[in-house]
Amino acid sequence: MTSEAASAPAQEHHDVRPVRKAAMWVFLGSECMFFGSMIATFLLYRNQTGGGPGADIFNLGFTSVSSFVLLMSSLTMVLAHNAFTNSDARGTRIWLAATALLGITFLAGQIFEFTDFVREGLTISGSSFGSAFFMLTGFHGGHVALGVVMLLAMLYLSFDGRLYDDHGLNVELVGLYWHFVDIVWIVIFTVVYLLQI
Amino acid sequence: MVIDSGPEITAAPTKGIWSWITTVDHKRIGLMYGITGLAAFFIAGLEALLIRLQLATPNGTLISSDTYDQLFTMHGLTMLLVVVMPIGAAFMNYFIPLHIGARDVAFPRANAFSYWLFLFATILLLSSFVLGGAPDGGWFGYAPLSTELREIVRMDFYSIGAQLLGVASIMASANFIATVFTMRAPGMSLMRMPVFTWMAVVTSFLLIFSLPIFGIGLWQMFFDRNFGTQFYSGAGDPLLWQHLFWLFGHPEVYVLILPAMGIVSEVFPVFSRKPLFGYPFVVFSGIAIGFMGFGVWAHHMYTAGLGPVAEAGFGIATMMIAVPTGVKIFNWIGTMWGGKLSFELPMLFAIGFVSMFVVGGLSGVLHSVVPSDYQQTDTYFVVAHFHYVLFGGGVFGYVAGAYYWFPKWTGRMLDKKLGLWHFWLMLLGFNMTFAPMHILGLNGMPRRTYRYPPGLGWEFWNQVATVGAFIIAISFVLFAWNIIRSIKGGRPAGSDPWDGRTLEWSISSPPPVHNFDEVPVVSHLDEFWHRKYASDDAGRAVRVPAVAGGTITAETTTGGEDGPKAGIHMPSPSYYPIVSAFGIFVTAYGLVYIPGGWVAVGIGVAIALMGFFGWSLEPVTREGSHD
Repeated sequence: MTSEAASAPAQEHHDVRPVRKAAMWVFLGSECMFFGSMIATFLLYRNQTGGGPGADIFNLGFTSVSSFVLLMSSLTMVLAHNAFTNSDARGTRIWLAATALLGITFLAGQIFEFTDFVREGLTISGSSFGSAFFMLTGFHGGHVALGVVMLLAMLYLSFDGRLYDDHGLNVELVGLYWHFVDIVWIVIFTVVYLLQI
Repeated sequence: MVIDSGPEITAAPTKGIWSWITTVDHKRIGLMYGITGLAAFFIAGLEALLIRLQLATPNGTLISSDTYDQLFTMHGLTMLLVVVMPIGAAFMNYFIPLHIGARDVAFPRANAFSYWLFLFATILLLSSFVLGGAPDGGWFGYAPLSTELREIVRMDFYSIGAQLLGVASIMASANFIATVFTMRAPGMSLMRMPVFTWMAVVTSFLLIFSLPIFGIGLWQMFFDRNFGTQFYSGAGDPLLWQHLFWLFGHPEVYVLILPAMGIVSEVFPVFSRKPLFGYPFVVFSGIAIGFMGFGVWAHHMYTAGLGPVAEAGFGIATMMIAVPTGVKIFNWIGTMWGGKLSFELPMLFAIGFVSMFVVGGLSGVLHSVVPSDYQQTDTYFVVAHFHYVLFGGGVFGYVAGAYYWFPKWTGRMLDKKLGLWHFWLMLLGFNMTFAPMHILGLNGMPRRTYRYPPGLGWEFWNQVATVGAFIIAISFVLFAWNIIRSIKGGRPAGSDPWDGRTLEWSISSPPPVHNFDEVPVVSHLDEFWHRKYASDDAGRAVRVPAVAGGTITAETTTGGEDGPKAGIHMPSPSYYPIVSAFGIFVTAYGLVYIPGGWVAVGIGVAIALMGFFGWSLEPVTREGSHD
């Protein structure tokens, strides 16, 4: 209880202090170049299948569903942030958990997809196409996984009464990151899956 | 852990090695960056001396081609990523908060983490000499040379070491940007910021946007070497590496030079006793350089055969980037023009910077002309060019900064007589070493070859260059001796030895942990000067009587009850940054020695996670007064 009482003034504070938000935006700007380089690599190698499987291996229906799941997680993230700004602890928890769950579902789908591809002969070392595909989608999956960890950490903090601490991550920052990861997926889905058909 | 509200300043312990290991004070971190960078400078300098000894005579026999490859690769890599960049970061760490009237950077522990990660990456890179061989593919690590040699770890040290340095720099840059954009003192508008801090911002943005590209390239190289991917090897296209590398590598050039430009932009006004000529032009030309720096990378790749359209485009862009650079040169000259010049040591080095940088800049414009570049590529002409820019520009600028701010760091002056020896020997040695390389290059002497046959007319100028290199070495030994002597025995400097213009001179030397007793309220560019001087009817500067650290201040606390020092809460020291960085260090060794290294990767990741976990649960105890 004491910690919640102590964080009450910080709660009024946190929106007027743009320090952490500035850093997060700058970091996301950096991430744009990070993914941009991998997307450029993929575009360069999109036809370099070396005789092995290429874009024909994709199961567009399956990936569309998992993309939809990830996009919906942005919606639940917005709801979590909304509950957070309204100091609705229960709502924050529910929507954080929902977001994390949707993220995990997406990751599960990606793991299934990867094993399927490897079984059908698309590997990271088999062709330049495979290298570029697995690196791009794999690094994106890593980002989703990190986001899930951050969401679960927020969930943990919400039970600890420290969701409004005036330092470190908060729901808003995690939300920024999460939306960014979703937006990157939109680009990846378009470039890697849709444009190859 | 409720923050207590006593009037005491919650300061870290100030003595002993532990206080340095756990420090989160931006000034101490800045000094550590500087000392590490200077130490690495001497190591990389030794490598250069060995190279020069080998090349002093035709058919040199001092070192083998294999050793030579490692030496020139590590010389370049160390000088760029472990010397000049961190020394720039040293100045930024120390002076960004002081320049904008803040008590620390935005994220003090992340700042400490950046330093430790940088230090460990440095150790990793240097340890490669005794752990299987140093990187030997040039600092640019061109594929497929860098991806094909799978039996040795050398280029793994390169890819992992540079990766860590990149992560450290990205974190530090995000920190600086957040600091500058959100923590300026009241009244400190962007266009009242000292030029050095402006250039630090541009540099940080360059790093933020260029390093991730390099990071991807390094991962791809690493995967090629260790997991058999085909990014550059096999069916992959080695040209992709060149594009990714130079998309980082060219902005990197401006990362190295912009902070030095910022430093001399501080030095010239102080020692000319005039405001900087055309402040907005200097700032905006710096920003223009930042933008254009991303549009010229392929001029490093003319001979890769990009086709006439691309080459013409990049050639024109390269010529254009000389314009904002030239603007700055004229602004510095305009600052000196009609000023009351005093040729103190910082001023001498700053003038050295401008004159030598102009030479390097002009030979750079020569390179933008495609047919001319075809002739000069991979010759010593290129070596001459970038040493005139990076040594004649960068190093002269940073040394100017060291002489200028040493009194602020230590409260002592550097010895002027030794400093004069340093300056003249450095100027002489530098020109003796690198000016002849223009001639050697035009006469066709190729870079990166460990020996040359006699009778090609290269003997004389190589000997001159070698003698020059040793003169440079002597000058820096004098510099080091001057520093060591002056830390304890130098003439006391007082808080404002140069009659400075910016806020760092308004506080004691060395500054207190919390920097400013009272957060200054800023109403002018060159704020501190305007507190000291008013102008009379004829426009001459007249000293305002009774100057203290400033009379106008903002309340420092939300309550502001108990006088100026009430409730200044500095962040507590923390050992989690070094623990986390150490975990990544262990991980990095593991990655280099894959597959046997997976054990180390596991241990390292565990340590790092422990560090990050403790870090995130540890209270910061920092002041809440920046809103």
